[in-house]
Formats: sequence, structure tokens, C-alpha cells
Amino acid sequence: MEEKEIKLMKGNEAIAHAAIRCGADGYFGYPITPQSEIIETLALLKPWETTGMVVLQAESEVASINMLYGGAGAGKRVLTSSSSPGIALMQEGISYMAGAELPGVIVNVQRGGPGLGTIQPSQSDYNQATRGGGNGDYNVIVLAPNSVQEMADFVDLAFTLAFKYRNPAMILSDGVIGQMMEKVVLPPQKPRRTEAEILRECPWATTGRSKLRAPNIITSLELMPEVMEQKNLHLQAKYRQIKANETRCELTKCDDADYLVVAFGSAARIAEKSMEVARAHDIRLGLFRPITLWPFPEKELQNAAAGKKGILVAEINAGQMVQDVSLAVGGKIPVAHFGRLGGIVPDPEEIVNALKTKLIDNE
Amino acid sequence: MGKIVGAIVVNEERCKGCSLCVVACPKDVIALTDRKVNVNGYPFAIAARPDECIGCTACGIVCPDGCITVYRKKLE
Amino acid sequence: MNNDIISPENLVYAKPELMNDTPMHYCAGCSHGVVHKLVAEVIAEMGMEEKAIGVSPVGCAVFAYRYIDIDWQEAPHGRAPALATGIKRLWPDRLVFTYQGDGDLACIGTAETIHSLNRGEHIAIIFINNAIYGMTGGQMAPTTLLGQKTATCPFGRVPELHGYPLNITELAARLEGTCYVSRQSVETVAAIHKAKKAIRKAFEASMKGLGSSLVEIVSTCNSGWKLTPVKANEWMQEHMFEKYPKGDLKDTTSL
Repeated sequence: MEEKEIKLMKGNEAIAHAAIRCGADGYFGYPITPQSEIIETLALLKPWETTGMVVLQAESEVASINMLYGGAGAGKRVLTSSSSPGIALMQEGISYMAGAELPGVIVNVQRGGPGLGTIQPSQSDYNQATRGGGNGDYNVIVLAPNSVQEMADFVDLAFTLAFKYRNPAMILSDGVIGQMMEKVVLPPQKPRRTEAEILRECPWATTGRSKLRAPNIITSLELMPEVMEQKNLHLQAKYRQIKANETRCELTKCDDADYLVVAFGSAARIAEKSMEVARAHDIRLGLFRPITLWPFPEKELQNAAAGKKGILVAEINAGQMVQDVSLAVGGKIPVAHFGRLGGIVPDPEEIVNALKTKLIDNE
Repeated sequence: MGKIVGAIVVNEERCKGCSLCVVACPKDVIALTDRKVNVNGYPFAIAARPDECIGCTACGIVCPDGCITVYRKKLE
Repeated sequence: MNNDIISPENLVYAKPELMNDTPMHYCAGCSHGVVHKLVAEVIAEMGMEEKAIGVSPVGCAVFAYRYIDIDWQEAPHGRAPALATGIKRLWPDRLVFTYQGDGDLACIGTAETIHSLNRGEHIAIIFINNAIYGMTGGQMAPTTLLGQKTATCPFGRVPELHGYPLNITELAARLEGTCYVSRQSVETVAAIHKAKKAIRKAFEASMKGLGSSLVEIVSTCNSGWKLTPVKANEWMQEHMFEKYPKGDLKDTTSL
């Protein structure tokens, strides 16, 4: 049996390694704390000398996302990364990519806001990520890793989903997962696709018009309202398909639980400990962790929540995913929110205390 | 020495009547239609004095819409 | 007599083959059409029909992709050089160029323009400078001349209120990443020939990997300027060339 290659590294570094290993063609980015290790690691690894992957430090996040647009529009596997204020700058490009139906991967290692905010971790970009974020009716596939291992694993998954649906995909991480070190099994090195493979996989891409086909045009523009409505309806149908096929979540000790904590990413890791603390105090608490934030695992949550006494949504924000949880359970079960702001990461006891005061004591 | 003769063919439906070809023509061959318009409502270029054309291509080159095809022949 | 002359063996000029029959949305007499023809001719003459990828801007030329039968991407406003950077870095054997107006290139996209040129991306940028915003109805552009009247400087551009016209091509010539920077126009046959040569040189420099190129075409916007096409050409010659003098500003290509 082949021995697994186990490494110790930061979540940000794992993103960089995984990008090279999953056969990415290009990375375009701009430094910002707390995710600069992604581009720094890529610069050290020099993948242009091995796999041929392009790594470019752009002049801004606006330029980065538009380099992504260009590369994705030409059929390549391209990714960018940033943190909250930089992701805000990228919204124009993400909207255009969604409109032009381009596959690309965007990594957001979140920090607190609003504005320049703080460099400390936060989950306050949940609404921006899951509601599209830019102008127009669109959605981005959003994956929320809770470990360095998932940082590594989700890069290839994000590319797979992005190309399957011709849609941008986002890895919504945060400063905790990006900065912490833990062991990780890196994926095996995949070769980058050959030109022939790209042409086969992406017949829509601007790779140069062959005599056999009409010119390929990548655009989000359409001035005829009737045609534009059809284009939008097509997008909506695609989003329904993604909702039907691609929800992912993880359930821990939900079966025997009286209460559920719903949390994603780093908050879910903390909530896992909260579960132990609660159970040590004879409170049967289960953890429901959405892995795809869009599409939100609504049905899975409905099933898991059936018959429970209450749900606490623990987030490192002022209450964003709690809206999706409330929509999912439709008022049948009490739902409360607990969050810390400003870059403060809650500890497990705080979450248990919130469960007691907001739900159990109110019964 | 042979005489150079030319001729132009105007895509009348594509023409927007900007008259840049009229100005560019060294032999005063081209004029815009008077009171006659194309399907888009534009007056359009015509070879008003076709016999003067020397096929120099100036009209075709300056035409922003690529409406003019030019032919040239040397008469022996 | 005409019928004898009009036959294929006597053909000396026709609309470029790469330009399709879709009617162009440009106003009558607009310079865009002439430059489109030159781009189509140069691509065909270089035999790059199957390797060319154009990037169109936001502004009047947003629909450039409808008229020249190559692969195109339509960029967000000002971001065309970033798209072109992404495409060219990932497909180095493709001919990648942008086609942009003054608002797109010299205002909202100044950073993308300067930095792609300064990195020496192997792309060519075609820059249409007509000193006005045509698509949105004739507002002030970064290149609007002092004293020139537009919808947003109806009494004429004055530095105290509006700042100075930006000569971005001159800036581009000073960047180490550029190998060819030229300013041309397309109002006469002679000028059009020169403009075509400049576009050809820029495209060839990009394929030879010599650096980035910028070809500015000083252009008219007769609708925005509220002149006839013929008068607009005269106004351009009288007023634009003084601020934006024609010729090569930089050429290190040896092409």
C-alpha cells in the first residue's frame, strides 16, 4: 500500500499546494492579510517550472478577478484568493463571470469588517457570498472548509463544480482556518489538461476560432429584454439544478440530540467542542454543519431538526446564516443566534451558555 | 500606355450616407442620393460619374462600414 | 463599360473577409468602423484568424465582437487589459489584443492599462481617442480638450473645474514594459495606411514576445461633437493633433 504523504502546514499553504496538485492553470491575486501565504507559497513553489501553472501578482483585486475572467473565458482552470475587503472589490468581476457563465475558483479567507475592519477572523461575508454579492440575479457555489484538510480537498472540488455548471465557485474560509497549522494529506499531483482536452471540455471557450465553428463570444451583455429574460431564466434553471444536486453537510450526533447547533467553517470546529461540553452537562447537543453554504442544505436541516427542542446558530458574525436556518425550519422549532464580532473568536463554553440562556432557560 | 479604368459597387443597404467617400474621391465620381433613401432611411453613395473612376480605392478605404467594392482594369 | 471592369480578376478593394455582414451600430462616419476594418485585415494578413482572441470594452465598441469573426471576450468597464493578461499568460501562442475607448482605457481602467503595459504583457492595445463619451451621450472624457464642450462641461473644459486632458499614450511610452507606442488617425487614405502599419507592428511585436504595445487612433465622434462626419474630420485635424501629435512615440521592436 502506498504510504500517505502527511504534512504539517497552514490552511493558506494547503490551498496553494492543492491548486498546483489539482492541475490548475493559473493563479492571479493581490496580497492581503490574512491570506497572503497563498500567493507567497505559490511564489516559493514555482509551479511554472514544474506543471506550467502561471502565478501572477496583479495590481489589485479588481485586476485579479478580471484576469480570472479572461483565463476562465479561455477555458483554463484559474483561481484567485483574497480576504473580505478584497473580495468586495472583486464583486464586479464575479457578477460578470456569473453572467457570462464562466468557471473559476475564488478563495475568501474572511476577516472582520465593515470597511477596513480588522485582520482578525470573521464569518461576516456569509450574506455577500450566498446572495451573489454583486449586481444582478445570480449565485455562486460556496464551500465552507472547517480544517486544513478541507482547504486542500475543496480546491479540486470547487474546480469540478465550477466546470460542471460553468459557474464561479467560492471557498469561504476565514482567518482561523487560513492561519492555523495542522496535518494534511495533500492530493496526488494531477497533470494539467492538454490543449486537446481543454478544447473538448470547453467548446464554448475563446481558444481561437477554428474553421469548424462560429466565433465563441464571452459576454454578459444582452440589450434585448426578451432575450435577456431567457438568459436569466436559463441561469435560474441552472441554479435550481445545483440546489437539487450539490448540497453538502455533515451531521454529528444529531440523532439522539435534543438541541442542534448549526455552524460552518471555524465556528463549526468550536461548536464541536461545545457539543462535548454540553453533553458533559447532560445537554444532548448535536452539530449540523453546512458544507455548501449555497446551495444551503435546507432539506437535510429540516430532516435533522425534526422533533428537536431548539436550534442555536453559532456564527462569527451578527447573525447571517441564522436567516437561512430560520427559513429552512419555517418557524416549527425555536431558532436563536449566537455570534462574536470584531475579530473575536468565541470559545466553546460561550456557545453552551448561549444555548442555555437563549433556548433552554426559555422553555 | 494603357488607360486605367475603375468601377465601384456600393452596398446601398449598408451605406449610412456619411459622405466620407464623396470627399475622398479624387475624381468626383461619388455623390449621395438626392431624396432617395435606403431601408434604414439613409441617403446612400452612388457612382454619379462612373466613367471618371480610376479604381484608386480611396472611397473603399475611408468607408467606415465597408460598403464599397472597387475594381480596376488596365485598357490596352 | 462598367460590366467589363466588375469581375473578380479586377477586384482591388473589398470589405475584409473577417468582417461579417452584420450592420455595425456605429453612427454614420464613425472612425470605429475604419479601425475595425484594419484590425480584420491585419489578422487575416498575418494568418491569425484561428489564433486571435479580441477583448472588447464597455463603450461604443462594446459590440466589436459582433462584426469581426474571431473569438472575443467582452470585458467589464476598463478591465480589458486584465482579461487580455489572463488570456495571453495562459495561451502564449495566441494573438491577444484589446480594443478600448478613452473612457474605458484612460479613465476607469487607467490602473489596468498602465500595469499591463508596464508588466510588458505580450498584448496589443488599440486605443480609440475621440475625446468624448459617445455611448452615454457625449459627456466629458479624460482626453477632452481644454475648452471643448461636452454634456458634462457644457461651457467648455476648464482645468479649475475638470482637470487637464490626460495624455496616457505619452505615459505609456515611458514605461519599460512597452516596446511599441504609436499615435495614428484614420481620416485620410494616407493616414489609414499608416494606422494599419502601426496595428500590424503592434500585433507582430506581441507574437514575437517583445513586450506590450499601444496604438492610439485619434478619432472623431461626429455625433458627440455635433458635426457632420466631414466637418468632424476637419475639427480633429485642427484641434486634436495639437494636443495629441501623431507618430511613433516609442519603438524598440526592430520590426
